[in-house]
Amino acid sequence: MGARFRKLVSAVVLFGAIAGGVAWFLTKPEPWPAAHWEGLGEPDIANGERVFWAGGCTGCHAVPKSEGEARLVLAGGMPLKSPFGTFHVPNVSPDETAGIGSWTLADFGNAMTRGIGRNGEHLYPSFPYGSYARLMQKDINDLWGFLKTLPKSTNVAPPHDLPLPYNIRLSLGGWKLLFFTDRPRVTVDTANPKLARGQYLVEGPGHCGECHTPRNALGGFEPDQWLAGAPNPEGQGRIPNITPGSKSIGGWSESDIVNYLETGFTPDFDSVGGSMVEVQKNIARLPASDREAIAAYLKAVPGRE
Amino acid sequence: MKLRTVFIAIAIAGCGMSAGMAAGEPQEVRQGLMKGVGQSVGALVAIAKGEKPYDGAVVTASLETISKNVKAFPDQFPAGSETGMETEASPKIWDNMADFKAKAAKLGTDVDATLAQLPADQAAVGAALGVIGKNCGGCHETYRLKK
Repeated sequence: MGARFRKLVSAVVLFGAIAGGVAWFLTKPEPWPAAHWEGLGEPDIANGERVFWAGGCTGCHAVPKSEGEARLVLAGGMPLKSPFGTFHVPNVSPDETAGIGSWTLADFGNAMTRGIGRNGEHLYPSFPYGSYARLMQKDINDLWGFLKTLPKSTNVAPPHDLPLPYNIRLSLGGWKLLFFTDRPRVTVDTANPKLARGQYLVEGPGHCGECHTPRNALGGFEPDQWLAGAPNPEGQGRIPNITPGSKSIGGWSESDIVNYLETGFTPDFDSVGGSMVEVQKNIARLPASDREAIAAYLKAVPGRE
Repeated sequence: MKLRTVFIAIAIAGCGMSAGMAAGEPQEVRQGLMKGVGQSVGALVAIAKGEKPYDGAVVTASLETISKNVKAFPDQFPAGSETGMETEASPKIWDNMADFKAKAAKLGTDVDATLAQLPADQAAVGAALGVIGKNCGGCHETYRLKK
């Protein structure tokens, strides 16, 4: 009896250990091999700045309400409300202690494209690495070079304010297993360089889908609803559908979209509003060819109503 | 005789109600004012882009409409008009009424300054739009909600 009981207990323990081990193996943070970030050469700072504006880093990381040159101080601190709790955006200025000044290119690259922090921990997808995962190594290297030219800040943001179970970082491994992908979101004709560039900008650095695509209860994108519009995560109102099937902007021409991204005016001279104001200002800093690529891509994605 | 009085009373009441429902509601008044601003901006943009030839009368009329409408605009947000009629007004307007009014006043000041030194050619209209246009997004960023 005693022997059988011990056997049973050890079987259960063994099973638990194996299941736990498999779960850990499937959900553990997986940085790129070190060689992935080697040999990229001197960063092209001008291109790094272009990636910076395409990525909209200031939208979250700049000091809230700051203007002009002050927006280049990526001190963090902005609260980001979500159905899962409130995230506090970190300092990513080049300060060695409060910011990310002592990080390596590999640390930065793994955070951007794999959602892994400097200590090997999973990062919350409020940081849109699910989009940034598509960034080319060259763009990461150039962006890293540009970020290091920005002013330092000693600001320390408060920790995230999340209820159980969302405050358990380990669970993010499961989230990644379910939802993280660096594959294309939709199929477009990538033989057309304009469409390929548009897809890269929208699905990658632009991270447009993070707000414009609806999510399920666990915060993963609803399949087949890419850019189809979603409730405003910050509260009231909606983030519009930007596919060709949209009631509001489905009828816009490519040049209407280009003009909106450049000037902030809709074809009937309503203006950009909400969080899109900052996004539009950033996109307006890109070369015209990039806005044209974004417009071409938005006209090519599947229409959703 | 009595019946006629009743009919007339109903007719009068009906007119009063429909007038009250349609034109007078602040949600609709302010939507109309903004539409006027948008059309005026559109006329100025057409000149700035060279789609329409420069016309001083059009520039003056457009600027005057924006000035007049934006000055009346912040008075159209009385208590009770927070929702309804597809309003896109953010509740933040009522939380920060002073700032909201200041933003509207800033647009009024910018437009009046432009009127005082009327843009004399296509390029000057473009430059003026650069100053005036910043106010649109600057206010809509906080105080308008898309639904």
